[in-house]
Amino acid sequence: MTYIAKPPLHHPSLEKNALGFTRRDYEGRISTLCAGCGHDSISAAIIQACFEIDLAPHRLAKFSGIGCSSKTPDYFVSPAHGFNAVHGRMPSVLTGANIASKDLIYLGVSGDGDSASIGLGQFAHAVRRGVNMTYIVENNGVYGLTKGQFSATSDKGSKAKKGAENKDSPIDLVMLALQLGATYVGRSFSGDKTQLVPLIKGALHHKGAAIIDVLSPCVAFNNHVGSTKSFDYVREHNEAVNRLDVISPRAPIRAEYAPGELKEVVQHDGSTLRLRKIEEEYDPSDRNAALGYLARKATEGEIVTGLLYVDPAAHDLHDSLNTVDTPLNKLRDVDLIPPVSALEKINSGLR
Amino acid sequence: MKPTDIRNPDYFHKVVDCQWACPAHTPVPEYIRLIAAKRYTDAYLINWKSNVFPGILGRTCDRPCEPACRRGRVEEEPVAICRLKRVAADNKEDSVAALMPAPAAKKNGKRVACIGAGPASLTVARDLLAIGYEVHIFDGDAKAGGMVRTQIPRFRLPESVIDEEVGYITRLEPVLHLGERVDSLKAFLAQGWDAVFVGTGAPRGRDLKLPGQAECAANIHIGIDWLSNVSFEHIHTIGKRVIVLGGGNTAMDCCRTSRRLGGEDVKVIVRSGFDEMKASPWEKEDAMHEGIPILNFLNPREFTHENGKLTGVWFTKMHWVEEGGKKKLVPSGEPDVHYECDDVLMAVGQENAFPWIERDLGMTFDKWDMPVVDQVTMQSSIANVFFGGDAAFGPKNIIWAVAHGHEAAVSIDLLLTGEDVKQRPGPGVTIASTKMGIHEWAYDNDPSLDHRFRVPQVEPEVALRNVKVEVEKGFDPLLGFKEARRCLNCDVQTVFAADLCIECDACVDICPMDCITFTENGEETALREHLKAPALNLTQDLYIADGLKTGRIMAKDEDVCLHCGLCAERCPTGAWDMQQFYLEMTHAGCSSAPKAKPAPQPVGAK
Repeated sequence: MTYIAKPPLHHPSLEKNALGFTRRDYEGRISTLCAGCGHDSISAAIIQACFEIDLAPHRLAKFSGIGCSSKTPDYFVSPAHGFNAVHGRMPSVLTGANIASKDLIYLGVSGDGDSASIGLGQFAHAVRRGVNMTYIVENNGVYGLTKGQFSATSDKGSKAKKGAENKDSPIDLVMLALQLGATYVGRSFSGDKTQLVPLIKGALHHKGAAIIDVLSPCVAFNNHVGSTKSFDYVREHNEAVNRLDVISPRAPIRAEYAPGELKEVVQHDGSTLRLRKIEEEYDPSDRNAALGYLARKATEGEIVTGLLYVDPAAHDLHDSLNTVDTPLNKLRDVDLIPPVSALEKINSGLR
Repeated sequence: MKPTDIRNPDYFHKVVDCQWACPAHTPVPEYIRLIAAKRYTDAYLINWKSNVFPGILGRTCDRPCEPACRRGRVEEEPVAICRLKRVAADNKEDSVAALMPAPAAKKNGKRVACIGAGPASLTVARDLLAIGYEVHIFDGDAKAGGMVRTQIPRFRLPESVIDEEVGYITRLEPVLHLGERVDSLKAFLAQGWDAVFVGTGAPRGRDLKLPGQAECAANIHIGIDWLSNVSFEHIHTIGKRVIVLGGGNTAMDCCRTSRRLGGEDVKVIVRSGFDEMKASPWEKEDAMHEGIPILNFLNPREFTHENGKLTGVWFTKMHWVEEGGKKKLVPSGEPDVHYECDDVLMAVGQENAFPWIERDLGMTFDKWDMPVVDQVTMQSSIANVFFGGDAAFGPKNIIWAVAHGHEAAVSIDLLLTGEDVKQRPGPGVTIASTKMGIHEWAYDNDPSLDHRFRVPQVEPEVALRNVKVEVEKGFDPLLGFKEARRCLNCDVQTVFAADLCIECDACVDICPMDCITFTENGEETALREHLKAPALNLTQDLYIADGLKTGRIMAKDEDVCLHCGLCAERCPTGAWDMQQFYLEMTHAGCSSAPKAKPAPQPVGAK
């Protein structure tokens, strides 16, 4: 953290987006996390992504639970809606809000403790139901707020700061999300914004459950030799399968690539995901192949990053429930309470 | 790009834009912090050591520091550096003299003569007297001060300030020869001085010599001579309608003085456009504030007169044309215009004049008949004759005269101690961390968002009644404090230690000005364009560091850095540190110190 607030002074060449906002307008309050925390980089990536997709701040709803990661919605897009839920219960609160008000853009920010330990059930069901949301897990493999115990995503054999070895098997939230039917799944690293920002942009544009697992080193408790979530380890074992570019709906598309190199995927809202292959055999439209690839690489100790799976034609929870187009919280009494005549009609049909 | 060598004092010196731009290299941010801390005496002494005339310069300096000030690039206006200097001068303790050097207890037996008693000569005298030289000062006027006393009107600079600051030099006991004009350098050199410094200024005002001028000469005056006559109270009035010819600072002083001596309809008429005028923007503003119109693109052609009395001036209208890619000012062809007036003041330039230097003396003169003077050593082609101030390279300003004086004094001392005048002593440099705690620094790192404060002025009705009433009241201590807080502390440097960096991006994310980028190395032009914010100000350096684990480089664009220290506060490993860089020019007497000693290695760097 810092003692002074970030001055509002900015670079003279700072750009404005289509709404007339600068990137700085998407910032939040000054972070109180430890200096160097990966989470702050993720907040910066979210700020950049919201700025780039011309998101009106009042259309964003931020949700979080408890933990270092769950503090971060305070540090970006201050004018957005927000709800800080009970530990591990963020997915339910988000689902409820989404049901009531389907026209907002939902962003859940959680951590490995909040999502893989206390909130694992909540995580699973929100994904399974296909809630239209972007769900970012700021994954540092450690309980930083309680001073460095292993979390459920710590790798087997990873060492704690004082040398203890983790004996438990890790939960891989990406594989879990794939198994549970998530329709947009990515993994990235807080230290690589060129990869992370487009992943967040694509997720915000995606209709359905979009899960991004972001490795976010804990500088205070999990950035030492022997940890598998440190800056050095992640950099060394990071294996990106593709590079993503996201083109917002209505933005002019310019083709400047050799054919065959790129795969373009058009999502529901008209946004285009432009994928540049890095790993030749990897196909992000094949869920089962993705699961196999991830499992294989995990045993080799590699961390697979990039856009791992996407179903651009996904259905979300509202499609399943067949809700009306008008958000439920905007329906008036006259829409919700049938008149006496309607009751009579039903009754007469039963006579 | 190659990694930046921060051990070269020039690198961080350049980051302190104001100090780098100042001819005397005054450590500006340090004295501004002292003003904010109410340590006016200390702030004054830093100035006095470096620029010799803080009270005078705090009112009259041409302020090359202010256009250079980083604040002017960060928001709209630079810090009012010049007027803050005056705050230090106005509020210092009376006992400040006790903190200045006393007359040298032991003389070294060397005799140095300064011709002219202006700012350049007085600087030479101060530097040399304190280290034991016997210095004689010659001037044709009855009081020391030179153009500071004769040409700057009292409403900008009260005589008491001149007396005080000239007094800090005369108390070092130079031998004053006032009222003694030197008419022959040959005869003067024959008196056997060990060294002679010529600081005679640019004493001759240019005369246009237009048709009709001879017939009404009594109403046509040379600006600087007229100003000096007003200063010495030989002139007390001027006609009701006055035309001032010329667009420099002397023209501004002439018109504003005329307003105070009875001029009611005073105009400044300039050959060029408003923007090309030589006068400083604030001087033009002050003149217009006093109801003086500035008319542009009018070239004086002829004086009109009746019965030996001036009646007006004919002007030819001018405009710019492009000729061979060059802009030229030529007559526009429109009909000439006539302006009526009672008096004309000509302030169309000044020249050096050396009729008193014999050309058979062995001194080399250039094609403009000016003595050849070395830009660094101030030495003429006669080894023990030095020049400085306007006498050296034509009209500049007081702060340049002071800078010349310091350099000439260094040269004289080197020459007379048998050393090579070309071997200049390096500056004294210290750099030390300002870290006081986890998030505490030895300076106020929270940048003020205030805009530039205006200096309070006396009401125009009062000011215009008396030529001796000082127009500017100066900042009071509270306004001075607020203005001082606008300083960005550019001398507190962001020092980066690549071996400590874990590339977590914390500094990149927090930097309010997007100064920092971690990227692949490349050639400078390409690198400048793909930084987090494009570094398009080519006068500002990129700070490059290599040796990072990923093989990338850290590139910091110094251009608009706020020196807020947030990068260092957010850095988990202390790879960024805020270190105060203090650079002092070496003056005469320290020439036996090691030459150009390298800056101490920054703390934290390996």
